Amino acid sequence: MQSGAEGACVIQGTGHGMSEPSKQIIHDAVETLTSRFTDSVKPDERQGYSGLLVDPQKLVEFATVLRDELGYDYLSSVTGVDYLPDGMMEVVYHAYRTAGGAALVFKAQTPREDAVVPSLVPIYPGADLQEREAWDLFGIHFAEHPDLRRILTWEGFHGHPLRKDWKEAYFEEDAKPFDIRWPDGKAIRVEDSTQYRKNVSYPSEFTLDGWVPEGDTLLYAGMGDVQASDGNGDDIATDTIIVNLGPQHPSTHGVFRMVAELDGETIVDLKPVMGYLHRNHEKIGERNTFLMNMPFTDRLDYICSMGNNFGYALAVEQLMGIRPPERAEYIRVMMAELTRILNHIWAIGFLLNDLGAYFTPALYVIKERELILDIFEAVSGSRMMCNYFRFGGVARDLPEGVIEKVHDLVYERLPRHLDELDAYLVQNEIVRARLIDVGVLPAEQAIAYSAAGPVLRASGVPYDVRRADPYSIYDRFDFDVAMRPNGDSYDRFLIRLDEAHQSLRILRQVLRDIPEGEIQTGKPRHQVRVPAGESYGRVENPKGELGYYVVSNGTPNPWRYHVRATSFINLSALGEMCKGHKVADVVAILGSLDIVLGEVDR
Amino acid sequence: MPETLDNPEVPVPEELKGQVKITTLDRIYNWGRRSSVWPMMFGLACCGIEMIAAAASRYDLARFGMEIMRPSPRQTDLIIVSGTVTKKMLPQIIRLYNQMPEPKYVVAMGACACGGGPFKEGYSVVSGIDKFLPVDVYIPGCPPTPQALLHGLITLQKKIDKQSIRKVKWYQKHESREVPVPLLGPDLIDPRDFPELEECEPSES
Repeated sequence: MQSGAEGACVIQGTGHGMSEPSKQIIHDAVETLTSRFTDSVKPDERQGYSGLLVDPQKLVEFATVLRDELGYDYLSSVTGVDYLPDGMMEVVYHAYRTAGGAALVFKAQTPREDAVVPSLVPIYPGADLQEREAWDLFGIHFAEHPDLRRILTWEGFHGHPLRKDWKEAYFEEDAKPFDIRWPDGKAIRVEDSTQYRKNVSYPSEFTLDGWVPEGDTLLYAGMGDVQASDGNGDDIATDTIIVNLGPQHPSTHGVFRMVAELDGETIVDLKPVMGYLHRNHEKIGERNTFLMNMPFTDRLDYICSMGNNFGYALAVEQLMGIRPPERAEYIRVMMAELTRILNHIWAIGFLLNDLGAYFTPALYVIKERELILDIFEAVSGSRMMCNYFRFGGVARDLPEGVIEKVHDLVYERLPRHLDELDAYLVQNEIVRARLIDVGVLPAEQAIAYSAAGPVLRASGVPYDVRRADPYSIYDRFDFDVAMRPNGDSYDRFLIRLDEAHQSLRILRQVLRDIPEGEIQTGKPRHQVRVPAGESYGRVENPKGELGYYVVSNGTPNPWRYHVRATSFINLSALGEMCKGHKVADVVAILGSLDIVLGEVDR
Repeated sequence: MPETLDNPEVPVPEELKGQVKITTLDRIYNWGRRSSVWPMMFGLACCGIEMIAAAASRYDLARFGMEIMRPSPRQTDLIIVSGTVTKKMLPQIIRLYNQMPEPKYVVAMGACACGGGPFKEGYSVVSGIDKFLPVDVYIPGCPPTPQALLHGLITLQKKIDKQSIRKVKWYQKHESREVPVPLLGPDLIDPRDFPELEECEPSES
């Protein structure tokens, strides 16, 4: 493998190469911004880094110019990084133009103790949940944030776990393998070495006397105290009530909770509550070696493990400055597109489930899904958790007979199945009555809320990472970016069918063009050398843009490993979309968003 | 009725063989219960997807009388803990379990529910549901394939077959105790630890 200092380009593109016009646009934007904010904006000149460093004082002004004058209307990712040795916290923003092109990265630095950065929610409402996450996990305070509560952990949790000096109970070390488990090469159980033996840590000052759990007081603050009608005129005086849906609820597709404030049957306000599946993916990721993270990415959006692998492989390959060989690229695209079809039919099946077509459509789609899973099992050995991609290639070549099976699926089975879904569902009266004009998300709002994937495209924004900022070999394929104009749940349902058809189109081209040859650049290794620097690998996953922000400091472990999770960010708009609809519609709207809790909570 | 239900030691007149079966109370009781184990529709994480796949046409849980998944704990016999148990979710799981009527069974599906799995080291992960609930069957795998789940459920059926109506806990005189619901404080607080917690000089981790 090449050791790739050249992999760190000055201005970041998420693909492996950036086109000339794209470079020019970024260059112009950087020029404009640095000349406008002479004292407060400067290029990030650390080795392997890119983008602009912005003085937090000027951040809001900077973002306003960026959005309104330069057209970077889409704030994709917000996250924090704890640079413990330098004593500072950094908030990293990735902004895009919905017209296409590479990211403009900007960062705000603040001292670790007393970390404060102005909130960008007034400019980019899509930053809402992400800033809350950064507050929860890093303790970065976002001034003026409208609702800065903990999001993935619970109120009253001790500390901010992604800070580098926050040590995990019983697993205090910074990298694996943990010595505590192997003293003198002999395994001991960590549970036996600790006071309560239950993987918990209490702060030193904590006592039970006088302690009261914080509960949901903050969550309910400002809800439920509204009088819906004062009883003047003919009405009877009524109050709004608060109803919790979830975390155990068949319509939430997992352990998701919504707190709805109702006036009769009508939603007045709705807040998503998550974190019930928060399994500290990122903290574990920062102690794993780079390759050890690959199987963990499978468990993010566990329906689409191949797509998750893809994004992470791209991010690390970018740092290493390598590219996979041709055949591996084609195999990757094949797997990613099969994943897309799998996810979309699954989403449609379970949307219908939510609408009350109890399990029948779902059974039909699961039948087809099993056939795709057979292919995954054949190539990777596992149905769901494929762990198939490697840096610079894929784990193994396609076994005999797989191409023929894919061929049969792509040309015979899946088109028939999609037509079947089309015939039975699209004009179905109940489907139409339940979905049309329900949960409308207009284009401007979809962009403002950083919605991605089918949700964004169903709102009339033809933004697809595969086209807007092509990665891998997507620039070679002939396909249309599916787009629907209305932004309602029905369009979000239809667009999944459209996209599945486009995926079939790509797959046909893959089958036609796939070359023989190597599947791995260099020798496969367990331990890769990754030069210091940062990178952001993003792919168009079935649910939308999935991004991995990886910071390496040259050690075997990533210093920072962040996942820009689509399902999570798509939920920013949920409250807005549900307002004014009935309770039963919430279920349909959530189903049409297609979330997976493994990705929401990570 | 399957042949195994018959007690062959008791002779039945030839002309009544079509109408009469003679068996023990335990056997007919267990046969009824094991053939209609209703699982809770309760997916925690990745394993929940495989649970759905097991219920679908290819693997077809219905063959074992288990296709009726109820979202309400009041109508279920079995909770399949299918996925990572987080500290934030744990109080809810315990409440669900407490709300299930006896007889009730717990299946820990997947590495996470069995012992924390790949996420065991997590600050937010409970390393195994068996720290709180009495698990009847453990199913390893990450996630277990639907076949593995089926095997686990067949194992549960075998376990049910061996129970005796005279000894099962839900017919005993003393009331069945609820599992105390953990609290969310600075970290997870198990009420069963209260005496220990009050006694100990608290210290960092």
